[in-house]
Amino acid sequence: LLAAAVGLGAWYIVSNTAHNLEARGIASGFQFLSREAGFEISETTFISYDATSTYRRAIAVGFLNTFRVAAFGIVIATALGALIGIARLARNWLLAKLAAVYVELIRNVPLLVQLFFWYAIITEYLPAPGDALNPLPGVFLSNRGVVFPIPRVDPLHLSPSVWLAIALASGLGCASAVARRKGLKRGIGVGLTALAPVLLALLFVAGTPVQMSYPELVGFNFTGGGALSPEFAALLLGLVLYTGAFIAEIVRAGILAVERGQFEAAHSLGLSRWQAMRLVILPQALRAMLPPLTSQYLNITKNSSLAVAIGYPDLVSIANTIINQTGQAIEGIAIIMLAYLTVSLTLSALMNWYNRRVALKGGKP
Amino acid sequence: MSATPIFNASRHLKALRWLRANLFSSLPNTLATLCIFYFVLKFLPSFIDWAFIRAIWDAPDAGPCRQAQGAGACWAFIADKYRFIMFGTYPYDQHWRPALAIAVLIALYGTSALRWMWRPRLAIVWLAGLGAIGALMWGGVFGLSYVDNGRWGGLILTLLLSTFGIAFAFPLSILLALGRRSAMPLIRLTSVAYIELIRGVPLISLLFMASVMLPLFLPGGISIDKLLRAQIAMILFVAAYLAEVVRGGMQALPPGQHEAAQALGLTYWREHCLVILPQALRIAIPPMVNTFIGFFKDTSLVVIIGLFDLLTTIKVSLNEPAWTGFGVEAYLFAAFAYFLFCYPMSRYSQSLERGLARGSVPSMLSDN
Repeated sequence: LLAAAVGLGAWYIVSNTAHNLEARGIASGFQFLSREAGFEISETTFISYDATSTYRRAIAVGFLNTFRVAAFGIVIATALGALIGIARLARNWLLAKLAAVYVELIRNVPLLVQLFFWYAIITEYLPAPGDALNPLPGVFLSNRGVVFPIPRVDPLHLSPSVWLAIALASGLGCASAVARRKGLKRGIGVGLTALAPVLLALLFVAGTPVQMSYPELVGFNFTGGGALSPEFAALLLGLVLYTGAFIAEIVRAGILAVERGQFEAAHSLGLSRWQAMRLVILPQALRAMLPPLTSQYLNITKNSSLAVAIGYPDLVSIANTIINQTGQAIEGIAIIMLAYLTVSLTLSALMNWYNRRVALKGGKP
Repeated sequence: MSATPIFNASRHLKALRWLRANLFSSLPNTLATLCIFYFVLKFLPSFIDWAFIRAIWDAPDAGPCRQAQGAGACWAFIADKYRFIMFGTYPYDQHWRPALAIAVLIALYGTSALRWMWRPRLAIVWLAGLGAIGALMWGGVFGLSYVDNGRWGGLILTLLLSTFGIAFAFPLSILLALGRRSAMPLIRLTSVAYIELIRGVPLISLLFMASVMLPLFLPGGISIDKLLRAQIAMILFVAAYLAEVVRGGMQALPPGQHEAAQALGLTYWREHCLVILPQALRIAIPPMVNTFIGFFKDTSLVVIIGLFDLLTTIKVSLNEPAWTGFGVEAYLFAAFAYFLFCYPMSRYSQSLERGLARGSVPSMLSDN
């Protein structure tokens, strides 16, 4: 009966849609992907793009942009969340209260408002590139975003000996991983540490293929170095601060879920507070934390779609432009959903795999 | 005469002891305290200076604000535009109507927070309240002039979107949760697919879908307005999340409840309506409040499809040439407004959790 109802409903929707599409003169299908996009994208990562590229390439750029902000966001938010979560449990009253205020303030304000706020701070309150703030040597903050020095690989200097050194290093890495499995930890570790200076020396002899590229003020803007656009900076900052507060709560709950006896046992073994935290408490807390952490990571990925509101060209924003240009709404939305579902499923599969690895061996408690 | 100084001394001693235990118990602790003090002393005064002392509270136009920009906040912007921010494009002389509607809604939230009100009659109170709000907002009765819902805006729209979203998503979510635990594979698969699909994609894509695709799905003559389309998308969205919360509540019940109901010979629907759901929903109330908070914050996303909620009215006010460039103040105000609603709700959910954890649910279960 239900099958019949669902089938009938689906048929009704499909027939309506087909009729409407025909009436508007829109051809369905994905052929439009190979047509010329004809719009510029302000930020591209990893692959080149210009207005003459295809729609397919535009979507790839959007996907990579989403991926970039989500990947950075996940790493930084986890670090921030762990720090704040531990700070909330600190014995220092001031530190604990400060962390609590941060968490409460951030969690009770919509992410979108925070994104607008950071974007406004960057574009309205930071100075023009001409008199940019310079908090660290080589790092400049201005209303055009953040610029900082990055290492650039110079292909000319990549001589064979360097490749040899890299190959050697990766081979050693693999060997140590295998050795670790077999329980030969310490000796190999020491050996590796001893080899490190040798590798460095090799690099030195071969000439440094990696050079720092420093940003310089030329005319009205910076050239050289790495740069974060104001949109990307605001999005990353907002996502990290927002998700960091949620992760802090997860970390706190995870630590509190570890039995009190574990603290006391660690203490009576003579471990310091920090050692006890690192060696005894956190590994156990991690088990309780992983499932909610997974959903927070998925949230970062999904929330990065709010980029459309401040003009960062992520997947949703580009797909939306394409829908407006071509009218291929169904295909566009299908691409968005497929992309996010792929990322979500991959991420949860990864986290589940990790979860199984750290889970308690043996029967359920 | 002699008692007072001793009393004072012991009080000082107590304060000192507290300081020592909580701020200066060890060397790293002391260092941390001093560092925090340093940063607070460095940044707090300049913030207070900006936000209060040198701020412009009232000005006929943006001129004084422009002069003070960077040194003092411009709250005059909020003072000038607050009517538009609160009520959107609702007819100016009728603003008391959305204001009253907001008051009614807040009263309804307040009543629902009281635990002794958790009875069937609460539904009647809500129906009456929502009826009153509908009459106030649309008008056309009792001599009130008719106002099209395209002109609703500001805070009331934010509140209505979230309230109606939850109200309609709730029954749907119960069906989905039951479906996910159903023994019939087709129903279970449909529910699982729906829940996971919706939870896997961002709300924005659903909102886009509602504004672009929904018109395509419907037969020619029928068109539904933007507000309703967004509302439908939000209902479908939050139902998937609520369904997982409800399912969590059901899973928290000991299996004995199900077995006992079966032993009594209750049918599937009677078992769920009389035994499982009342207990499961009770357990699920704190996470439901959290879902509601999240959803309330998520309603701000309608700014992207151009509905006039609280955030949109603030953004639109900023677009006015006279007031461009005061985004920081405007969004601080927006954050403050959302915080005013979300913080009490989150405190409430925490207190509920503590109350329930203290024993009412477990004891309720073990008593039976």
